[in-house]
Amino acid sequence: MGSHEPDRLSPAQLAAVRRSLRSGRASLTRRSLLRASAGGALAAGGITTLSACGIPAAGTTRGGVAAEDHSAEEKTVNFSNWTEYMDVDDSGKRHPTLKAFTRRTGIRVAYTEDINDNNEFFGKIKPQLAAGQDTGRDIVVLTDWLAARLIRLGWVQKLDPSNLPHAFANLSAQFRAPDWDPGRAYSYPWQGISTVIAYNKKALDGIEVTSVSDLLDNPKLKGRVGFLTEMRDTVGMTLLDMGKDPAAFTEDDYDAAIARLQRAVDKGQIRRFTGNDYTSDLTSGDFAACLAWAGDVVQLKADSPDIDFLIPDSGYMTSSDNMLIPNKARHKTNAERLIDYYYEPEPAAELAAYINYVCPVDGVREELAKIDQDAADNPLILPDKAMQAKSRAFRSLSAKEETACEEKFAKLTGA
Amino acid sequence: MTTLTEAPPPLDPTAPDRKPPRARGRWTPYWLLLPGILWLLVFFALPMVYQASTSVQTGSLEEGYKVTWHFATYWDALSAYWPQFVRSVAYAAAATVLCLLLGYPLAYMIAFRAGRWRNLIMVLVIAPFFTSFLIRTLAWKTILADGGPVVGALNTLHVLDVTGWLGWTSGDRVLATPLAVVCGLTYNFLPFMVLPLYTSLERIDARLHEAAGDLYARPWTTFRKVTFPLSMPGVVSGTLLTFIPASGDYVNADLLGSTDTRMIGNVIQTQFLRVLDYPTAAALSFILMAAILIAVTLYIRKSGTEDLV
Repeated sequence: MGSHEPDRLSPAQLAAVRRSLRSGRASLTRRSLLRASAGGALAAGGITTLSACGIPAAGTTRGGVAAEDHSAEEKTVNFSNWTEYMDVDDSGKRHPTLKAFTRRTGIRVAYTEDINDNNEFFGKIKPQLAAGQDTGRDIVVLTDWLAARLIRLGWVQKLDPSNLPHAFANLSAQFRAPDWDPGRAYSYPWQGISTVIAYNKKALDGIEVTSVSDLLDNPKLKGRVGFLTEMRDTVGMTLLDMGKDPAAFTEDDYDAAIARLQRAVDKGQIRRFTGNDYTSDLTSGDFAACLAWAGDVVQLKADSPDIDFLIPDSGYMTSSDNMLIPNKARHKTNAERLIDYYYEPEPAAELAAYINYVCPVDGVREELAKIDQDAADNPLILPDKAMQAKSRAFRSLSAKEETACEEKFAKLTGA
Repeated sequence: MTTLTEAPPPLDPTAPDRKPPRARGRWTPYWLLLPGILWLLVFFALPMVYQASTSVQTGSLEEGYKVTWHFATYWDALSAYWPQFVRSVAYAAAATVLCLLLGYPLAYMIAFRAGRWRNLIMVLVIAPFFTSFLIRTLAWKTILADGGPVVGALNTLHVLDVTGWLGWTSGDRVLATPLAVVCGLTYNFLPFMVLPLYTSLERIDARLHEAAGDLYARPWTTFRKVTFPLSMPGVVSGTLLTFIPASGDYVNADLLGSTDTRMIGNVIQTQFLRVLDYPTAAALSFILMAAILIAVTLYIRKSGTEDLV
């Protein structure tokens, strides 16, 4: 990085600077300098540097790369989570369950809400993980497919079961054996997410909606239907509607689902594909009905009597956000203790009562009923048997499949 | 750095007695330039080189990426996504023209007619910047909501029939149509148009207007022959400051648009973050940059302005 020093300027730049100095300071014009720098950059930036760049292959060491564990001497754990995904007290600043953890264990939790989007967050931590460096985080919470990708790339550490007795005992059956992490060797769910159909009664105005087919085909809903930018939710729900199993579909099934969605896009049925911002479209009535995440729906229902949800007979998609320990994390044992803590019924119930997502912990019903009877009876938070039977997960994809599927889905949503 | 402290040979050997102050003065421009050059190197030149390299790599996350000089990426990217390129340019151009039509009278009014209200109005122009770009854009979703008063009024006046026939809107809604995206772009970039316009208009000597009047020029002639030509630097820099960021914008298309309004910024974002096709994303960015650079060069040549503002 020496080229900033004046004596090492490129000949063209030097000449320009000298020229302008000779004829007075004012003539060091932007133009002459720009021209000179452009020439200099081409020469120096050069072809050689171009080929020196590149991204090394991802680590192939499954089981991850551990750093020295500083858990004992540094009583702290760095926890990165999504926004509004943790209980908050009335002051809005403190997190009671985390405080209780610190009180009990003496481990301070540095809690950061710096995850807004799986793809963006992957882009953020990728350079460090690819280079085998510490990300500064001991726990990250990522959705299934990204968790699967990190495990596949060997970027997360294997958990030590002896530190996770509650987690092992209390993890609900529904989440026990995802095909990308059988037996939960690397990950434990933070919360489960159900994808359902939400609707605005006022905007529907009596139009009957019972299935994804209604969303895609009913001409009365033209331009007032929303789907999600999360590929697995949108395609998964469509696959279910077509009678296919998202846990075991073929490439042809996938293409057929995309084609079905494409027809709806072409005739203007689907207004747009959204991320979290579907909530504003739904409450304003711009969406009469849309795919939605159940945790949001519980909240929206509480805020507006017009919003309700339904679960199609064909079933619904379930995914989860999972706690993982990235490579080179400094406080692995502390992180495992925190994961295990959230599988004790009491903190789990407290959390579930606050954030309204699917609680992945067995045996919380009683504790939850003590805090909030309605929440304990809500199948969106604690799914009953009938509900669990309709739940499906999207199968894991190989790297190649993932790229191909995302590419097709990107075309569908306008690239 | 040691070389800098050594006394350099004098520029003008005929004046050795003035050597110490001149020697110091000689290096001053370099020192003043140093922070800027460093900044450009670290935050512009290096990322550009990195990006250029990425665009000619092939590979995958698992196998790593290697530079294979695969220039076909550029052609593939262009042939797959040219509609989004054309759309970006069209939307950005429409927004720029709208900004100019809205911004010029506004800047003119502030510069010549606002009197003591001038500062207040300038603050009002900049005020939207006190809230975040996202919030401002989302606010338009409330304003243009299907059941809202704006869309209701436009429907009653049958404006949406016309825009629908032109293909700018679809059905009786404004959101999730090209019109909404162009309106969002116009709104978000209007201050970038008004500020440079104001700066150049404000510099015009009011006596020139009087002189034009003395020479029997009517107000319109005065504007056409005196005011507008003198404000050209502002027009050029205003249009550039609007067009360049607007053509790369993806937020407006994302929040106010639909599948058929996606701009090239959306494609780059999707390719980079979702499909993880880094070479295509980098190639698209370079094509966009090159296209803008060429367009801007031609534009500046044509409008014949040396100074921007």
